[in-house]
Parts: sequence; structure tokens; C-alpha cells
Amino acid sequence: MIRGFLTFFVTIWATVSTADEMRMAVTTSFDSSGLADVLLPAIKEDLDLDVQLLVVGTGQALRLGQAGDVDAVLVHSKAAEEAFVAAGHGTHRREIMYNDFVLIGPATDAAGLAGATSAADAMQRIAGAQPLFVSRGDDSGTHKAELAVWAQAGFDVGAFGNWYREVGAGMGQALNTAAAMDAYVLSDRASWLNFANKARLALLYSGDPALFNQYAYLPVDPNKNDNVRHDLAIKLETWLTGPRAEALINGYAINDETLFVFNATHD
Amino acid sequence: MTQMFPLTLQQVLVRRRGKVVIGPTDLVLRPAGPTIIIGPNGSGKTTLLRVMHGIERVTDGAVKWQHDDPSQHAFVFQSPIVLRRSVTENLAYPLRLIKTPKPEIAKAVDYWLDRIGLSENRNGPATRLSGGERQKLAIARALIRKPQVLFLDEPCANLDGHTTREIETLLQETTAGGTRLVMSTHDMGQARRLARDLVFMLHGKVHDGGDAEAVFTRPKTKELAAFLRGDIVT
Amino acid sequence: MVEILEGLKAAFWLVVTFDAELWEISLRSLRVTLTALLIASLIAIPLGTFLAVQRFRYRRFVISLINALMGLPPVVVGLVVYILLSRSGPFGVLNLLFTPTAMIIAQVIIITPVIASIAHQSMRELWAEYHDLLISLNTSKRQRILTLIWDGRRNLLTAALAGFGRAIGEVGAIMIVGGNIDHVTRVLTTAIALETGKGDFALALGLGFVLIGLAIMVNLAIHTLSQTEREGRW
Repeated sequence: MIRGFLTFFVTIWATVSTADEMRMAVTTSFDSSGLADVLLPAIKEDLDLDVQLLVVGTGQALRLGQAGDVDAVLVHSKAAEEAFVAAGHGTHRREIMYNDFVLIGPATDAAGLAGATSAADAMQRIAGAQPLFVSRGDDSGTHKAELAVWAQAGFDVGAFGNWYREVGAGMGQALNTAAAMDAYVLSDRASWLNFANKARLALLYSGDPALFNQYAYLPVDPNKNDNVRHDLAIKLETWLTGPRAEALINGYAINDETLFVFNATHD
Repeated sequence: MTQMFPLTLQQVLVRRRGKVVIGPTDLVLRPAGPTIIIGPNGSGKTTLLRVMHGIERVTDGAVKWQHDDPSQHAFVFQSPIVLRRSVTENLAYPLRLIKTPKPEIAKAVDYWLDRIGLSENRNGPATRLSGGERQKLAIARALIRKPQVLFLDEPCANLDGHTTREIETLLQETTAGGTRLVMSTHDMGQARRLARDLVFMLHGKVHDGGDAEAVFTRPKTKELAAFLRGDIVT
Repeated sequence: MVEILEGLKAAFWLVVTFDAELWEISLRSLRVTLTALLIASLIAIPLGTFLAVQRFRYRRFVISLINALMGLPPVVVGLVVYILLSRSGPFGVLNLLFTPTAMIIAQVIIITPVIASIAHQSMRELWAEYHDLLISLNTSKRQRILTLIWDGRRNLLTAALAGFGRAIGEVGAIMIVGGNIDHVTRVLTTAIALETGKGDFALALGLGFVLIGLAIMVNLAIHTLSQTEREGRW
């Protein structure tokens, strides 16, 4: 019996050695889309490269890049990305693909979004009807996009009443909360399609270019420390902007709905 | 082995939390024993024993041996302390501490188990023994290193007559074997049976004492006389 | 309610089909937590015992400090360890961030006070019981500590298992220092957090039931190995 236990302990301590490795910080919405499960095996195949994904919020992803704890960052918040590069934390910014944000709400649609003519119009209807609205409230790319859409429609969320609920959490969490409260919420399409707990919610409005969500790739500045694998980051960037990535990204679908549109410029 | 006695207590004082427990008092113990300490409850018998053994420090005064060797002392507490181990392990423990070779330990343990009648129980937990059995174990454990002096604090308090007799026989054998006994007791009969000399304590001081025969027939102080008569002495 | 039943079903299915990912993260959970437990115990048990037997000036303060550290929020520990191990931090050169080793370090910091505090409490009680005897037998400090640890081993095991419980269910610290990287640092608790965030409650609960089952098995295994329920031995 003792021998059995010893064998067991030896098994759990054994580790496997790996090929070339790099670390990339990505946003939770990217991970929720499931696209990584398609891309990573292809990357391993073509480049013999293990990409370790740290799935965190946009703010934390950029913070990890700033500390030099990751080799590249993939987020969807243009202003923050440009600030990141300007501050010298990243070498440059490369657009890869975009998906879009969608407005979700209870199927009963008290705000009448079904008839909205534009994103701004949709937001005005919500601000008028004042139904429960869940906001990410976590300074993420999605949160910033939501604030931008409110701003474009002329609203300052700081002035909103109790119907506007900031949860300070990730997309899945926010959707769960909205489902439980029968509230409206702005989500990225991929997360919504992958969300398993839809309850009485439905997709009420989408399509306005103002709701497009651009993902960009930022290699971390190699001067930060000796461990940043800039070479691998560039290798990955080349692949991500190449033909195979284009095919995989454009072809990726959930329930026959494509999510992303590849828009990288080739080298 | 160098003779440890005489033991001299000079103006010994023990104070605890501001209260004087014993002293100032003097006492001389000569090489031959057994010495039995008697006296009313609270007179300081336990503290006196502990001070002589060295597990309690004096606040003032001196405890002087002719030649002190801590490894030659042993103590049996009023409430027997047993280790949470088997009976055998309890007996072996003091020998293990001084790195006695295993065969010697086995021999000594076998001897004592037999002597105190616990051979049947040898591998059972010592915590399951009765009060009397525990005390016999404690005494055997104290004697297993063949100490020159054995201190006992009212060892037979709370024990039945049968066990008391067994223990007294054991103690008499121990004395005959050369170990010097210093013991306190509540039992006047026991004092008569075992003592060579007596020490009478009152209010934390050595009040009277001397050769046992003399003390029992012609007590010097009236307090001792009253105590021997069975009066309550305060 | 439906989710709980769905969760039980999910757990059953994952286990019965020997789901490869489940195996992987479960083994990793055990590896991280058991390693942390071993290291923490090697620090905490001697520390707790030492604090019980050795008097020194700031002893009461140290004991209070250890008790207080039991309340350290794991997330805070995670943040501090992250800052220390970050490539831009003092120990960045060690390249430990986002590895299971970093997770072990964080868990050791979290559970050592727990184990030390419980160990100290039971060692203190045992020391009170053994105090007079061990001093009377002239034991060295080292001998005292070893005797207490051996005789108190059952309580020390309880202390260790308390640490295990704290570690196996911990998620805040290891999420930050491990990064929850698929195939590298993902364990049961971080996977549960991930699935919860995605809204897949059934799977999250299923993983949760597996985690509970694992914890029960480890406890049972340790109790069997140490034969705590066998009559008479302890």
C-alpha cells in the first residue's frame, strides 16, 4: 500500500519539458470567444511554438506588459494601446482583426431597442426607459467601448441613476448578472454566443460600425529585461497577419455565425 | 560513584507571586536514609522536595550538595506523569535519553515490567492504566537509571491499601539496594514503617525533626507532639 | 437547484470517462498543494513546538502575530508575491512567475501560519502535561522538542490537514501568481473560477464536486496511513 502511494506521488511530481515558449496576455473576451482553441494548435504546428495565454482584463494585460512579465499583449482598446506604445512599453501596434459589440437585454425589451436606427439611438432609448443596465465597470476594453458609445450618444454615465449597475467583473460574470437581473448589457458577440446561461435574454441590437471592436497585437519592448522573447513575439506577429491565420479567423464560427473579421495589413 | 550527601539547605526561601511559600529555613540531610517529610497540608512539603531536586529555583538562600550530579536524581510526582506511549516505551524513555544500547534497555525494561507486574500490559497505552499501576510505572521509570537519590511526593496518596503495600515493599528494596529516599507523606503509619529520620514542616519552615525512633517517642516541640497525636495543627 | 444536479452529473461524467483535462488539472492541484503542505509543515511544526517550550522576551508577541497572520487575505499574498517575482521585481531573475513553483510559494506563505498556530496550541497543552517530567529527567531542548512532536503527532497531523484544506480550495493567490495558464498553471480552483466567469455553472460545480471528492480522498488516505482509528495504539 505504501508503495502504491509513493508511485502516485512520483507521478504527480513528474513534469514534461516543452518546446519554444512565449507568454501573451489576452483579454477575457478574446478567451471567451474560443478562437484561441483554434489558433493555438495551428501555431504549435506551424511554428513549434507554445503560446501560454494569460487571460486577464485589459488593464491587467497592459500592466503585465509594462512589467515585462509577458512577451506580447493582445487587447481591444485603441486609446490604451497607443498610450502603451507611446510610453515605450511596446514596440508598435498591429491591428489583427475585429468583431463587434452587441446590445443584449430581456426579450420583453422595455426600451424598445428592436426599432433602433443606430447605436446612438439605441443608447438614447435605454437612457429614456431606464431599465436595469449592467456595466462591466472594470476599465476593460469592453467597458471603455461601452463608455464611448454612451459618450457618442451624448450621455455621461456618472449622472445615471440606480438603474445603471457597475459590476466590476469579467464578461461572463456581467452576463450572468444581467441574466439574473433581467437587465440590459453590452457584450462582445463572441462572449454572447458562447454564453451558456442566457435565461430570458436576447440579442436586441447590433450592426452599427460604432460598435466594431478592433483587436490589436502589441509586442513588449525587449529592453525591459533579458527574458522578453521579442524574437518569438515577432514570429507570432508574422503568423497572425499571414494567410493561415486569415483563413482560420475568418472561418471561425459559433452556430454557423462568424465572429471575427481579419483586417491585418500584410507585410 | 561519588557520594552526593550531605545535602545542606541554607536559609532557603521560595517566594511565588509575592507570597512566601517556604523559608527562610535550614536543613541538613546525611547520607543514610530514608528521610520522611511530614506536616499539615500547605506546609510546603512539595516545594521543599522540588527545591532539593532542582526543578524549582530558590528565591534566596542556597541548596548545597557535597557533590551534585543531576543524572543521579529522580523524582516521582504525586500525580503520576505518564508519556502518551506504551508501558514499555515509558520505561525505556529515560534510558533512550542517555543513549543506552538496545539490549541493555530490553533487559532493564523486562526486569521492571516483571517487578511491578505489568508484563501482560507491556504494549498497551500507559494512559489506560489505573492510578495505582501508573504510580508503580512512574516509580519503576524513576529507578530504571539506578539513581543515587529518589524524591517522592506523597506517592501513595489516593491509592488503595494493596497497592500502597506493594509500593512500600518496592521502596524498601530500593533503600536496601543503596538508593537514598527522600519522601513526603500524609500517612503517619507509612512514616513509621519507612522512616529512618523525620522532617516536620510547619508554615513553610522545618520546624522539628530527627531520628525517627526519637521523634515518635519524644517529640521536641509541642506542635509536633500535637501533630503526631492527630490534632489539627495551624 | 437544477444546476446542482447538472453539476453532479457533470462531475460523474468527467470522472467516469477519465477526462484527460480533468486528470491534468487535478494532478496539478495535488502537486501544488501537497508540495506546499510538506514545505509549510517542515517550517510550521518545529516553529510551533519551539514557541511552546522556549521562553523568550517577545514570545507572546510572536504567537499573537502568527495567529493574526492566519487571517491574511490570500489575494493580498498573491499580489505581494507577484510583485516580488515579477520580471521587473527583485526576484525576477529567478523566472518563477506563472509557474507552479510560484503557486507553491504563495500557498506556503498562506498556510504556514495556520499550521503553526494549531500546532503551537496542542504542543503547549502537551508541554504543560510533560513539563515537570521532562525537566526532572534532565532532557535537552532538542530532546524535549522531539518528544513533544512524536507524542503529539496525531494533533500535528490535524494541524497539517487544516493547512491542506486551506490550500486545496485556495484560488485568489494562485490565480495572480500562476496566471491560470492552460496546461501550465491551471488547477481545479482556477478552472472553476474560469468556468464560473464564462457562465458555465454546471461544469464549474462539477469541477467543484471533483475537488471536494479529492480532498476527502486525501484525508482518508492520510488517516488510513497513520492508523488513527486503530484501537489502542494511540
